[in-house]
Amino acid sequence: MLVWSKSGRWFAWGVAAALIGMVYVAPLAVILAASFAGQWNDVLPSQPTVEHYLEAVTGASGEALWTSIVTGFVASALALLTGTWAALALRQFSGVPRRLLDLLFFVPSAVPSVSVGLGLLVAFSRPPILLNGTSTIVFVAHLILVSAFTYGNVSAGLARLSPDLEQVAESLGARPFYRLRHVTLPLLMPHLIAAFSLSFALSMGELGATVMIYPPGWVTLPVNIFALTDRGDVFEGAALTMLLILTTLAVLIGLSRIPTKAAPR
Amino acid sequence: MAETVQAAARPMDTGRLWVLPPLLVLAGLFFYPLSLIASQALTGDAGPASFAHFAEVFRSQLFLGALWHTVEIAVAASAGCLVLGFAVALVIAFVPFPGAREVARAIDTFIALPTFLAALAFTFIYGSAGVVNGALIDLFHLETPPVDFLYSPWGVILAEVTVYTPFVLRPLLAAFSLIDIAQIEVASSLGARAPRIIREIILPAALPALLAGGSLCLLLTVNEFGIVLFIGAKGVITLPLLVYDKAIQEFDYTAACVIAIINVALSLSLYMLYRTTIARFGGRNAGVV
Repeated sequence: MLVWSKSGRWFAWGVAAALIGMVYVAPLAVILAASFAGQWNDVLPSQPTVEHYLEAVTGASGEALWTSIVTGFVASALALLTGTWAALALRQFSGVPRRLLDLLFFVPSAVPSVSVGLGLLVAFSRPPILLNGTSTIVFVAHLILVSAFTYGNVSAGLARLSPDLEQVAESLGARPFYRLRHVTLPLLMPHLIAAFSLSFALSMGELGATVMIYPPGWVTLPVNIFALTDRGDVFEGAALTMLLILTTLAVLIGLSRIPTKAAPR
Repeated sequence: MAETVQAAARPMDTGRLWVLPPLLVLAGLFFYPLSLIASQALTGDAGPASFAHFAEVFRSQLFLGALWHTVEIAVAASAGCLVLGFAVALVIAFVPFPGAREVARAIDTFIALPTFLAALAFTFIYGSAGVVNGALIDLFHLETPPVDFLYSPWGVILAEVTVYTPFVLRPLLAAFSLIDIAQIEVASSLGARAPRIIREIILPAALPALLAGGSLCLLLTVNEFGIVLFIGAKGVITLPLLVYDKAIQEFDYTAACVIAIINVALSLSLYMLYRTTIARFGGRNAGVV
């Protein structure tokens, strides 16, 4: 359409391929290569090994993987609950109050995660509630940080739902809770799954708040990866990063395959 | 009639109460901690409220340097995201190739990956002992690594462009999908070349998406922490990193709270800019992040 000559098209493709290759393919490729490298002193790594992966799934690193998965699932589930609840509740509002509440629920996504971590550290290091030094404070941080995204996804999904089906159900005598359980939530299912997926991915990669508040017994993958690379253990850091990527993608792909009755429009 | 009005009013009032539980979660776990940051920033550990701690921080060269680096890096990275995003979107949308849609989807996946991944990758590619330096040393028989931008703001900027370009690419591709292809084909058949078509047809259509994507990138890059931490370049300190250093490395919570409040204020301002941009240009999707 834009470029008619064959040479022009190949030039455009070449530029795009170079940009995409340099910006996106190369980073993943070098981390993958490093995760199998015994040494890397030249252009190419040498002494291939799976030692880093063995270290990555045992000991402290294995615990970090488990910690991140548990934190991701729990925080995402709780965020899905609060986000969906908020999105549904806001349907009762309109005009300025609705816009103000909408803004409030989105604000956590706009605030630096490090400042969220600092806030939790300050707030829960003193009475009435003491959470500093416990794993609970990590769950709270992740819940807060991903909740805006669950709210956003579900809110967008609700905006696209036609009210017809709910109104028909109401006119046929269905009570509010019945309508919610059998009409609204099934229709929302694709958006709930998308919201959970994104929340899980964001939680898996969260570093800013967690590095401020994590207790010694609840170290997540990103924090552990940073600790490893900071003391020069870059190859095990690379292996852990690959495991983080694979875990995140596995969950995303797995969730995207859940069949739902509501067909996407 | 009065009974009807009362009956109509009651469910509405009751229904609105359902917003309280999630609002309480938000208030207790987010706004309460933020308010305590502000409180500590004003009072220190136990003193009376005053702006003395703010004045002290603002006189600090370390803080002023961090503020400048934060703004400098955010603006440069956002500009880079817009340029790269626009270039890639142009090719995917208007010079299509087999698998273009899959490529766009794969790039989108980067949104789901942690930002420090790019920083870690860059140390392997551009670091002192990285691939590029290794190759150049071999090729030109050099004694010291010639490429050192990674340990300047440029390293952070390039990593952030890698990470945040998808946030420009996605709205651009959506905007491009709305362009009538016939417009472009008519312009081409009347003799207009690609640069002119881009300037007069595609750019105007892309403007709302560029503004939305750009303002979102600005917000995200101002808040970025993982990349700066992982690259760990001395002299490249941003506000989020300074908060971390003050609180965790130095246990100076009052200074950390002051800097955090300033950082939050900056971020919220950028967020309002983003919401305003979306509302003005976004049409039906206004207000949806």
